[in-house]
Amino acid sequence: MSINVENLTKEFDGKKVLDNISFKVEKGEILSIVGFSGSGKSTILKILCGLLQADSGNINIDEGDVAMVFQYSALFDSLNVFDNISFALQERKEFRNLYSKQELKDLVAKSLNTVGLPGIEDKFPHELSGGMQKRVSLARAIITKPKFILYDEPTAGLDPIASTVIEDYILRLRDETKATAIVVTHQMSTIKRCSDKLIMLYGGHIVFRGTPDDLLKQDNPYTKQFVSASIEGPMKIAASDF
Amino acid sequence: MANIRLYLKQTITYQLFLMFFKHVQEFLETFGNIAYQLVQVLKYLFSFQINFKQLIEQSSRFAVDSLPITLSIVAMTSIILAMQVAPEMVKQGGKDYIGLLVALTMVREIGVIMSGFAIISMIGSSQASELATMKVTDQIDAMKVLKVSPFKYLFLPRVLAGVIMMPFVVIIASAFGILAGGLTSMIAAKDVTWLCYISSVWQGLYIRDINIMLLKAACFGGCISLISSSCGYEAKGGAKGVGIATTKAVVWSFVAIVIADAIFAAAFYF
Repeated sequence: MSINVENLTKEFDGKKVLDNISFKVEKGEILSIVGFSGSGKSTILKILCGLLQADSGNINIDEGDVAMVFQYSALFDSLNVFDNISFALQERKEFRNLYSKQELKDLVAKSLNTVGLPGIEDKFPHELSGGMQKRVSLARAIITKPKFILYDEPTAGLDPIASTVIEDYILRLRDETKATAIVVTHQMSTIKRCSDKLIMLYGGHIVFRGTPDDLLKQDNPYTKQFVSASIEGPMKIAASDF
Repeated sequence: MANIRLYLKQTITYQLFLMFFKHVQEFLETFGNIAYQLVQVLKYLFSFQINFKQLIEQSSRFAVDSLPITLSIVAMTSIILAMQVAPEMVKQGGKDYIGLLVALTMVREIGVIMSGFAIISMIGSSQASELATMKVTDQIDAMKVLKVSPFKYLFLPRVLAGVIMMPFVVIIASAFGILAGGLTSMIAAKDVTWLCYISSVWQGLYIRDINIMLLKAACFGGCISLISSSCGYEAKGGAKGVGIATTKAVVWSFVAIVIADAIFAAAFYF
């Protein structure tokens, strides 16, 4: 259940956001993709889950469902938590007649238990905090038992404690589901705690590959600038990128 | 050569052409999107992949929510028409034709087109802004990642609700309009009686007119839902994008039903 990306290229309005990007994620591994805003991290995820088409390159993903946890949860605000989580099971042909109502209820309850939110099936997304919405989004992602989970800035906008909780769930889900995961993040704590390996993007290229430990140890000017959050360094950020 | 090109690009003529072609491109893009989405909707419709829960919810919104405003607009139009026409008709000795005139106007034109306008402002704008908000908050992307087609889940129930419910709304609105016109005629012109008005209504009303009205209403309902959903679905950006999509949905729907109305008039009454 690996993901193999070769020479991925994507342009937006004549600007190359991804330029010959290649990487591989092995089964059960968590790869973090880091980089400044606009460096193409989310674009990679959108290409991997089929929301965008790459201009060129090969993507080999072993058979299996791909789930994605969106930056701002992207819960369906007109549906309650139960319907949000069971959405794919209720709407997709292959699942529709697979479960009885009671089995569906049990599955949703189990999924909510996994993310530590039992008994909130009847609540609507606007009644939940940001951290809770993220966890419901995780529950929605795992209900179809995906082989691959893509996380787009899973801890963005959360306080440090809520971020730690989400990081714990990312690790727990990896251990329980054995799913291969890619995490796009800016946060050092997420990189350190959740990643088996990571890549750093800048200017459409991979400027660093390694493990979280390498990120701190290596004498790479890009990683140094990223870790120290310094304005000075090889990565120049235009005001329009903010 | 480069200087000439730069100079040409700064001229007002060039800017006007640029603006014109940009609008043409935008028009063709929107038209293409709507056509593509219609094909997708038909694909799911003919393979009978209808979400009945959504269909019922959307039908209820389409008909029930829009009814008060539709009835008010159609009735007011009918009252205005009757106030202006009834005294003149009595003066000209045509009091026996007031009901016929109001009924024909209602059934052939005003009932449908005014209901269409009311539904665009009430339901079309709400459908466009709902889908646009879903788009800009990644909910539609989330739906695609969950491998549920937005055309099946969002478009089809809305378009179908429009096609099914609009004729009901139009029938009720037109009947209400005819009754309101009758009451107004009796107040506006002394000689007009209820019996005289109602018998004149039946004099000029044919079943063909009612059939055409229902067909037109179904077509308008489908158009409004399809265009509104399409404009919402294609929204970009944040709150501003939602606003632009909603405005676009309203404008396109208005223009579309007026054009459709002209086609119906040419096809059946010309």
